[in-house]
Amino acid sequence: MKFWREPLDLKDIRVPHGEVHVLTERCKGCGWCIEFCRRGVLEASDEINTKGYHPPKAIKSEACVSCGLCELLCPEFAIYVIETEGEATLL
Amino acid sequence: MELKMNGYRLDKSIETDIEPEGLAEEIHGRHPMDDLLRTERLPHIWCPGCGLGTALTCFLSALRRSEMDLDKVAVVSGIGCTGRVAGYVRLDSFHTTHGRAIPFATGLKLGNPELKVIVFSGDGDLVTIGGNHFIHAARRNIDMTVICVNNFNYGMTGGQAGATTPIGGLTTTSPYGNYEYPFNVSALAAASGAIYVARWTVLHARRLERSMTEALLKPGFSLVEVISPCPTGFGRRHKQRQGLDTMRYYHEHGVIRHGADPRETDIGLGGAIVEGKFVDVDKPTFLEQRTRRLEQALK
Amino acid sequence: MKGTKNGVLSGEFFMQGDIACAEGAICAGCRFFGGYPITPATEIAQRMSERLPLVDGMFIQMEDELGSMNAILGASWAGRKAMTATSGPGASLMMENLGLGIMLETPCVMVNVQRGGPSTGLPTLVSQGDMMQARYGSHGDYAIIALAPSSPQELFDLTIHAFNLAEIYRTPVLVMTDAEVGHMTEKVVIPQPEEIEVVPRRKPTVSPDEYQPYHVAPGEWVSPMAVAGDGYRIHVTGLTHDERGYPATTGDAAQWLLVQRLIDKIEKNKDDIIMLEEDNLEDAEVAIVSYGIAARTSIWPVQMARDEGIKVGLLRLVTVWPFPDEQIRALAGRVKGIVVPEINMGQIVREVERCAAGQSKVLSVPHPGGDIHDPQKVLQAIRKAAGRKVEE
Repeated sequence: MKFWREPLDLKDIRVPHGEVHVLTERCKGCGWCIEFCRRGVLEASDEINTKGYHPPKAIKSEACVSCGLCELLCPEFAIYVIETEGEATLL
Repeated sequence: MELKMNGYRLDKSIETDIEPEGLAEEIHGRHPMDDLLRTERLPHIWCPGCGLGTALTCFLSALRRSEMDLDKVAVVSGIGCTGRVAGYVRLDSFHTTHGRAIPFATGLKLGNPELKVIVFSGDGDLVTIGGNHFIHAARRNIDMTVICVNNFNYGMTGGQAGATTPIGGLTTTSPYGNYEYPFNVSALAAASGAIYVARWTVLHARRLERSMTEALLKPGFSLVEVISPCPTGFGRRHKQRQGLDTMRYYHEHGVIRHGADPRETDIGLGGAIVEGKFVDVDKPTFLEQRTRRLEQALK
Repeated sequence: MKGTKNGVLSGEFFMQGDIACAEGAICAGCRFFGGYPITPATEIAQRMSERLPLVDGMFIQMEDELGSMNAILGASWAGRKAMTATSGPGASLMMENLGLGIMLETPCVMVNVQRGGPSTGLPTLVSQGDMMQARYGSHGDYAIIALAPSSPQELFDLTIHAFNLAEIYRTPVLVMTDAEVGHMTEKVVIPQPEEIEVVPRRKPTVSPDEYQPYHVAPGEWVSPMAVAGDGYRIHVTGLTHDERGYPATTGDAAQWLLVQRLIDKIEKNKDDIIMLEEDNLEDAEVAIVSYGIAARTSIWPVQMARDEGIKVGLLRLVTVWPFPDEQIRALAGRVKGIVVPEINMGQIVREVERCAAGQSKVLSVPHPGGDIHDPQKVLQAIRKAAGRKVEE
């Protein structure tokens, strides 16, 4: 993320970071988590589950800010995020 | 009274395996919301790309955030795809007849005012066949939260027209395009006296969850209208073959206008979908009115 | 009348049938009424609207009869004893959700103060035209209990009994009265509370983890009923379901077990449920089989026939459903003829014919409604059944 000048409280702010967990067998391939993740963390994997869908996989997990939108959007209870230590990389 | 011997046990050996066997943790893992779900009945019956799973997720999240006593929460639903929600939540839940979730919920609430009663049903169930009960419960300001998932058709039965199908909508009973004026669910609720009316698409999940939390905690008749994709019943007849296409449509056509006059939020094919919190007022509930009046009269 | 604290208005009254019905409900512990005005049942709703707030009860006039039926189911699932009251047109509207009540096994009481039909018919005048609807009105297979009082006192007593049967068998129970009994004013004695038997709801004794809403223990017919708010996190559905209450719609296994039990829990307990009143039947060669007001108006024809030397007796069905198959079969075996006066065009007479199985003559004395029977017509039928010459 490009700043035109460094914010005064940048040292106090910690950008949260999360770890995405995909329950691959539950996925029905709707693609919503992949499409609407604002940080581009997810992409459809090449593997298929027993239902024949390509579940998502995290390709940029360092960018995940644990916003939880994927968890909320998923219609299948197939993905969730756990907030971890550290900071997400600002891109 | 002497009762006689009988045997009416469901013998496990004659159960078929067409029923879902439930989610085995070794295969399907464990999701943080599983304790609020009847996992032995998952996976649910909804199509890939259906927004009901999302609506349910937002609801369960909102329920957690509201910090209510979950033993006192009762979910009532009617018939239809949305009606199946009652079967998947690990709460006291009632899957009733078509259109009659609201009077059943009224009975529950008045029977035990300590219950927090939630009606979770679809547009066909709540404002088409159940229209009469919908407006009267709103009129009375019965303390209940109604979550109406609007996918503009009767999805469970294959995609027939309903009272919310927009003009021009193609359904199995409007094959030449619907020519009936539809209801605007939010406007109907507001006009009938609902004290909280909000509408969100399932794309705006975080705001939906927040509105649901507000509606749950607000005493009186609160309505949250949830606009949801229905690729199988509706979407695919309108060039939205997948739920994702409909979600992209919501992204383009969704307009947030808090406090908008509900009468100006009609949904038409290709038009804007006005979302937001439209009504948030305070009014004594049915039970509060009753208590006040009886106290006066029976002095 | 201002109510007493526990609701029971003990005493002797000159009371209208409908009012007696409402009082009976309150004595039985009914604390929820959801109804809709309809002649000739409106007085029940009115009385309940007055009395329920005085006994910590809840009254609501719903927007229609469909709402009424569902509201009482909901109230029952919240733990209250609940009742509604209607007449023919409203009963027709309630049929689908009566089925829901039966499928969910919900204790509740539905009073039908029958009036002339079909359709709007004769709103203020008597009939007994809904007796078959009482048994088969809702779709699908099930069994039902229907009681038929003949007087305001009996309407009071049977309403209490209806609530008790509803709790024991976990079913909606119908009180099939009519515009005559409902609007008649007669002496009604309301006993002291200690003298009234009230059956409480059976609650589960196991923990929520072990409880299954429709698991019936061997030797029993219904399961104890946990309701909303008890902490049992129950799920119940109108779909065919298994013991857990979950839909089980993939084959006929669950359907067989469920539907069979719904029927058996009443039909196999007929001996405990059926109530009959016999009068003068020991030496009878002709028997009148009737119920409700039509049975009461048969007393005088029976007297007149006896004066003519015909040995006739009266079998009054206090419970019309479940039908007393064996008793009617046995009766038909020892009399020459059975006369069935009813204020409809012949409904229960079909059941009598079925059970009589040709052993004796069965004569219907129909009446389309609007009035009670002309006693001469009933007397003619008795004479005919006895084989006497009859002027047409």
